[in-house]
Amino acid sequence: MALPNQPLGELPAVTNPEIVEHNVDVLIVGGGMAACGCAFEIKKWAPADMKITLVDKASMERSGAVAQGLSAINTYIGENPIENYVKMVRNDLMGVVREDLIYDLGRHVDDSVHLFEEWGLPIWKVADDGSNLDGSKPAPTLPQGGKPVRTGKWQIMINGESYKCIVAEPAKKALGEANCLERVFIVKLLLDKNKENTIAGAVGFSTRENKVHVFKCKAMLVACGGAVNIFRPRSTGEGKGRAWYPVWNAGSTYTMCAQVGATLTMMENRFTPARFKDGYGPVGAWFLLFKAKVQNGLGEFYANSDSVKEELSKFMPYGASAVTPTCLRNHLMLNELKAGRGPIYMATDVALNAFLDAKKAAGMDDKEVKKYWKHLESEAWEDFLDMSVGQAGLWAGMNIEPEKVGSEIMPTEPYMLGSHSGCCGIWVSGPNEAWVPTVDGPRSHQYKWGYNRMTTVNGLFTAGDGVGASGHKFSSGSHAEGRIVAKQMVKYCRDNASFNPELSQTAQQLADEIYAPVRRYHEHVGATTAADVNPNYCKPAGLMMRLMKATDEYGGGVATYYMTSGKLLNICLDLLRMLREDAELMAAGDLHELMRAWENYHRIWCVETHIRHIEFRKESRYPGFYYRSDYPTCDDANWKAFVNSTFDPKSKEWKCEKVNCINVVETDPWL
Amino acid sequence: MPSYVDPSKCDGCKGGDKTACMYICPNDLMVLNKEAMRAYNQEPDACWECYSCVKICPQGAIAVRGYNDFVPMGGQVHPMRSSDSIMWTVKFRNGNLKRFKFPIRTTAEGAANAYESLKGVNLDDELLSTEKALKQPTKLAK
Repeated sequence: MALPNQPLGELPAVTNPEIVEHNVDVLIVGGGMAACGCAFEIKKWAPADMKITLVDKASMERSGAVAQGLSAINTYIGENPIENYVKMVRNDLMGVVREDLIYDLGRHVDDSVHLFEEWGLPIWKVADDGSNLDGSKPAPTLPQGGKPVRTGKWQIMINGESYKCIVAEPAKKALGEANCLERVFIVKLLLDKNKENTIAGAVGFSTRENKVHVFKCKAMLVACGGAVNIFRPRSTGEGKGRAWYPVWNAGSTYTMCAQVGATLTMMENRFTPARFKDGYGPVGAWFLLFKAKVQNGLGEFYANSDSVKEELSKFMPYGASAVTPTCLRNHLMLNELKAGRGPIYMATDVALNAFLDAKKAAGMDDKEVKKYWKHLESEAWEDFLDMSVGQAGLWAGMNIEPEKVGSEIMPTEPYMLGSHSGCCGIWVSGPNEAWVPTVDGPRSHQYKWGYNRMTTVNGLFTAGDGVGASGHKFSSGSHAEGRIVAKQMVKYCRDNASFNPELSQTAQQLADEIYAPVRRYHEHVGATTAADVNPNYCKPAGLMMRLMKATDEYGGGVATYYMTSGKLLNICLDLLRMLREDAELMAAGDLHELMRAWENYHRIWCVETHIRHIEFRKESRYPGFYYRSDYPTCDDANWKAFVNSTFDPKSKEWKCEKVNCINVVETDPWL
Repeated sequence: MPSYVDPSKCDGCKGGDKTACMYICPNDLMVLNKEAMRAYNQEPDACWECYSCVKICPQGAIAVRGYNDFVPMGGQVHPMRSSDSIMWTVKFRNGNLKRFKFPIRTTAEGAANAYESLKGVNLDDELLSTEKALKQPTKLAK
């Protein structure tokens, strides 16, 4: 038997990787919905000789948050006024959002949905008799007036198992296969040597061969999703992979942009979704399509009780909406759990049987009811099978049939993202429109500076989860936002035609930095008989557990029911400082582990911004997502403002500041 | 719910440059051991159970076993994906079986229009290439 001091996996890393240098005009970092939108759109604006490359850590066909599929498109404006979409997002995110960005997204998103349908995404339609048709049945398209199956005001149902494959195909075709570089992980952005605050390139490595890729570019989109596995998950064994959000998103977007000086916004925001326990299956269709209600451990449907109404009245105007803000729904659930009235159940049995009873009461015969039930059951299971197969697997393993018994739901560990019901991210310019507020001062206080969705760094753009203070774009909105950026990057290149990017480090220096964990591994691996336990280095897997323990216990994770305080946050920051120092001691023996090492660098930085923002904001803006025991209420008088932070790449100092939040859409009526 | 590979079915994609599962896994988990000519999941506790590898495997060699920290043994969910639909078999711990079939695509693979010859009109306005008009907000804050 060989001793266990061997590299893991099958692709050992060597100390001297090959270096490949690329000169491009535009670099697209990421391969998810936003990056695919950008890839589809950009050549329609670019001159023929413009060189554009997309770099994806995975394969575009199944990368990003939509890899597994989706059962709904959550943002389709359709017949609704866009102003109402802005009002919904603003209320759900407790008032502090960029309404200009949200309105702008709302006016572009439907065009992307129409493209998805044309490309072959099956979209459910309402038949003439009011029943639901799946997306393969003949029906008019959305632009032809076909009526989608709405679950809420903004969501439409789809048969979305192949959603990402369908969106990636025209993206690749439009950009050209040869311009899509897959299995290359960009880990660091590079500023220009001569021109202040201007992007000039990026560096990354292949996870398939020992190669470092150095890019020079004039404009760049960074869209690599949000952050997962940053707080200790409820399942810490194999189930750690069953994250609610895609487990491969490591906060790379936020960290890489922050490190070159891009201003971040609302990094205190997090998303702590209440989902089916352990399997993290979606609850949206159960609430909206099947009209299911939640029940506490005493069997009470607590959501409409007097005590709940009284609790919501403490959070006005947000608590008054017909659809309670997501964080406040969690808050109510946590109150039940903390009072010992758990567990919380989604009464799937009550909901499904109510449909059957209604049909029987309307005179439907047994045979027809049976047929109707087959259809209903199929819809219920498809919701999981399209986007969260593991939940179906859990039901199968537990012998759960939803018509017979309810299922437990539970708030998960916290995630950081900007496209779902969360809004952390990067501060960007809004569109060039008169209704976007004009503000004096540095870009970190302004709402527009010439290029829509450009960060405060010249030439650096973001989209999807990357854009802060503008949640609820979901898959369709992220695609549309990528398309917006495509056009703006071409415009930026036209306006800066004479700019010739120059890097301040040599390609070799960059490669040395990227491969440092590999060199450390080879230098020290002989000091022990088992590769993972070594006094000279730490392995990425262990470091990630250390990070998640620190955030969970001090940063308001599940361990404390999301409660933290100034005292705890500062302990967390001390632990993160040491973690950041020790991250310099990570070692990687193979290419997969090198990827994990760099993901951890990204995770640590992005969590640090999260903790810094929560510490700076002296209130609890999102009860149910996190609480500060020292400032337990939502304080609109003092804190209805953005918190923006900027890291200075030269001085290495962070600056947090309060920035005015300006309403663009009418506030009376609020909703 | 990590994926696992049945060695009696996996042929290592006949030693090609990349195996199908290795090509598709969004989290870089599937690898090929060239000596055994078999693939395996190198990090089961980072598996999102997205089923991308299960769906793509040309030999039907990959399946999923529920996460051992919360899923009781015996159940299984397995897909058969074609170009226009997917058939799921759900086997319960108690042996019950359910089957569901859903459409996945209404066009042929490769048929999506990338609008390669379309050119945008005015780089200085906010319209996207396939858009004809843009709305402006009318209910503005005072």
